[in-house]
Amino acid sequence: MNATRGSFGPRAWHQASWDWRAAANFVCGGAGAGLIAVCGLSSALGRPAPWPTLLGVLLVGFGLFAVWLEIGRPMRALHVFFNPRTSWMSREAFVAALLLPGGVAAAAGLPGFATVAALLALCFVWCQARILKAARGIPAWRQTSLVPLIVFTGLAEGTGLALVAALAHGHPARVVFTLAVLLATLAIVRWLAWLAYRRRLEPQADPRALAALDSASQPLLWAGTFAPTVLVAFVALFTVALGDSGRMATGSALLLALAGLGAIASGMLFKFTLVTRAAYNQGFALTRLPVRGARR
Amino acid sequence: MTRWAMIADLRACVGCQTCTAACRHANDTPPGVQWRRVLDMEFGEYPDVQRAFVPTGCQHCDDPPCMEVCPTTATKKRTDGIVTIDYDLCIGCAYCAVACPYQARYKTERPTFAYGKPIDSERKRRDDSRLGVATKCTFCVERIDAGLEKGQVPGVDPEATPACVNSCIAQALAFGDVDDPESNVSKLLEENSHFRMHEELGTGPGFYYLWDRKE
Repeated sequence: MNATRGSFGPRAWHQASWDWRAAANFVCGGAGAGLIAVCGLSSALGRPAPWPTLLGVLLVGFGLFAVWLEIGRPMRALHVFFNPRTSWMSREAFVAALLLPGGVAAAAGLPGFATVAALLALCFVWCQARILKAARGIPAWRQTSLVPLIVFTGLAEGTGLALVAALAHGHPARVVFTLAVLLATLAIVRWLAWLAYRRRLEPQADPRALAALDSASQPLLWAGTFAPTVLVAFVALFTVALGDSGRMATGSALLLALAGLGAIASGMLFKFTLVTRAAYNQGFALTRLPVRGARR
Repeated sequence: MTRWAMIADLRACVGCQTCTAACRHANDTPPGVQWRRVLDMEFGEYPDVQRAFVPTGCQHCDDPPCMEVCPTTATKKRTDGIVTIDYDLCIGCAYCAVACPYQARYKTERPTFAYGKPIDSERKRRDDSRLGVATKCTFCVERIDAGLEKGQVPGVDPEATPACVNSCIAQALAFGDVDDPESNVSKLLEENSHFRMHEELGTGPGFYYLWDRKE
């Protein structure tokens, strides 16, 4: 055993309680909730997006199903609703119980539900971020600065999914550009949130946790931030130069699809890494060593 | 008020693991599950090295992170400070396990036995209600409650004292009420320098480590 930084004690080790199934809840649930939120915004601006909304619901549902596979007593799963007073997991369950039917209602085109579902989706991704923050046993999770990072990651992924869906449906260039600019903005904000989180985490986390996060931050930077920003700017300049205001050209559509996919994949990789590779505990630390040879 | 707490004298513990064995015997925990474990820590570089044996387990915190995150209310804290788990409520989500800064919680998915197949004692004491749920040190709460009903004093009367404390060959472990200034543990804390693990996290552990005599 080696001493950890700043105190005596054995090295930290990786938590073994949550695996890919728990990670899938954060990966799919965050992206799905982000997508529902963006669809709500789109609907408020006069362009309902029923199929992407349904995709968001399915993603959230899959995430919850995955985490259900992980619990030790799945037949008691409804007990998860028992402690909304203090537990963010209970709160997430309550929000999910409203979000799933609300999302289906929004996808079915029932008036007003797109906005309701979007607000619930924002609550859902907030709950997910707070679930991690409340885990005081894991330094990489308990940071306050992780909350905005998780929220903006979900929103960036959701916007990326909405952008790809809009391209697949052949939406007008105006709609696609609005989503693309939103994606680039969220990608930059997400990167800034990452930098703030990384700076605050440095003194507390195990070096192996930092190494895992740093390796996941490279795709987050290049595929998730740099590429979307540059591609969106490039397509915008190209389109303005050609005076194209109608349908998106195939080449431009492909570039924007790449931008969306980059934002999605890098965000998902980051969250998966956060749960399954960067979740080192802090081990045990003695602030003082026992005095030897002294009379008791 | 009563606040049950445990004390480990790091100067006295010899790492014999008798407390671990006693706990496993008293609570019938399966292989790999040690509600009371003793860490064997080495520090420094040759020739300036030191070794410490550190009993750990659930710290029965004043502000237990496990209780706050538990979505089912299975984890509760009694007025006497003991943190309990209701196995019938727990869904085994393991959120408490990642929230605990002391790695005190275990979840066993299926029955496991010391020698593969269950021996007689394991067969008799098998408790499936503890499968797929979180488990941890209880401070031998049944012994405490039963002892109190008989008018005994936990930490003084062995019958009302956690098994690990009773078994300690070096008297490194002590148990008692820290809210009672006349109790054994209050006196030990008064006479010795002590600390609590990860105190900076604000959990308020009910587990103290003695490391030197006070001047």
